[in-house]
Amino acid sequence: MKLVEQFQYGLDAPICLTWELTYACNLACTHCLSSSGRRDPRELSTAECQAVIDELERMQVFYVNIGGGEPTVRSDFWDLVDYATAHHVGVKFSTNGVKITPAIAARLAASDYVDVQVSLDGATAEVNDAVRGAGSYATSRRAMDNLAAAGFVGFKISVVVTRHNAGQLDEFKAIADGYGAQLRLTRLRPSGRGADVWDELHPTAAQQRALYDWLLDHGEGVLTGDSFFHLAGYGESLPGLNLCGAGRVVCLIDPVGDVYACPFAIYDNFLAGNVRDAGFDKVWRESELFADLRHPQTGGACTSCSAFDSCRGGCMAAKFFTGLPLDGPDPECVRGHGATALSTVDGAHAPRPSGDHSRVPVTIGRRRPERACDESPLAGITH
Amino acid sequence: MACAASTEFDLDAAWRLHPGVSVRPERFGALLYHFGTRRLSFLKSTALLDVVRGLDAAPSARAACATAGVPAGELPTYRQALATLAASQMVVERS
Repeated sequence: MKLVEQFQYGLDAPICLTWELTYACNLACTHCLSSSGRRDPRELSTAECQAVIDELERMQVFYVNIGGGEPTVRSDFWDLVDYATAHHVGVKFSTNGVKITPAIAARLAASDYVDVQVSLDGATAEVNDAVRGAGSYATSRRAMDNLAAAGFVGFKISVVVTRHNAGQLDEFKAIADGYGAQLRLTRLRPSGRGADVWDELHPTAAQQRALYDWLLDHGEGVLTGDSFFHLAGYGESLPGLNLCGAGRVVCLIDPVGDVYACPFAIYDNFLAGNVRDAGFDKVWRESELFADLRHPQTGGACTSCSAFDSCRGGCMAAKFFTGLPLDGPDPECVRGHGATALSTVDGAHAPRPSGDHSRVPVTIGRRRPERACDESPLAGITH
Repeated sequence: MACAASTEFDLDAAWRLHPGVSVRPERFGALLYHFGTRRLSFLKSTALLDVVRGLDAAPSARAACATAGVPAGELPTYRQALATLAASQMVVERS
């Protein structure tokens, strides 16, 4: 049996998992997957986070991808990173760079078990800041400067590919090369606030094709988090596993301990349980939702398509949040079946993301906080 | 890159698992994660897992294969698998 088929039946523990540590964020990106902004007062405590890490160590989960929100605004963040690495759980964390001072960068550079992904959604301040907010480009670049100066080789620069930055791939690569960093490109999902801007920001069909060719040219030198497997429908598979790992090899823990099948689907339909009830291991092993996902999935209308073996029908979250059926085509299906399906869907009936933690209504290119303190990373956080 | 190593692997040298590699047995074999290179690899059989786990204690990779019960006729396949692991620094020569 091929490995990818083995993975479809699930593993005893995830290969890695995404852990959104907090919904608190100093930014208010228009496409935020988790609609972050304000801290949820029910957030897992330090002790509860440590208990989760203890379980991950027992399950031999190699590393966690920590995100948020902006995880570094949690006052116990660096202690949790140290706790995880001391317990043989590697940490990759995503940050907008706000807390990556020269001192922190030096500390990070000293550990083999910590990896950093700095988000950047435009190779120029103009393109980046229209989505991530004024000043965010400068913040990211300063963090990268600090990491490089501290000798952190191979940190990641993480880019969500949009209609506005899809033409900047060479520029992103040049920025990464200049730092001795690695470029990571991921797919824009219509999740969280991303649902509000997806129509406007998701790459055009021509941009998708150009992206696919660019990724093939750059091979394993550019990371993708396996997020473009729907592009395999063009013919050749991109490097990576090329499968939807939801509930089978990946999952997500949210700030309040809810476990979801997929990092891009924080929604009741994909909720498997909560780590506060009986721990993470029990959810991973016994959740009915995960058991369902570990059966071979039906491809519905896609099964008769010659590309189905390579794209597998695409991304579950992308379908769900655009109102498409889960056994139908991906909204960005490279054969155009998604566009056809979308034209028959009433967008008003697409599921609305469940938890909105936004501080203020967020719109592209215009971001005006209600009060000055909303700009503070600690806004909305009570101790 | 150590691409040259993927075609050559000295079965008679002494090898070991890289100290930065974590091994997780799975029903199909095992998952390997290298914390230094942050790369994931797969062992596609439990027999290969036995070989890899036996490297540290064996005088040579050939001996580790023998201890794990690898038939002589299958040695080239195992050599190729070990060469791939050496190319990604999952296993390294003992000095």
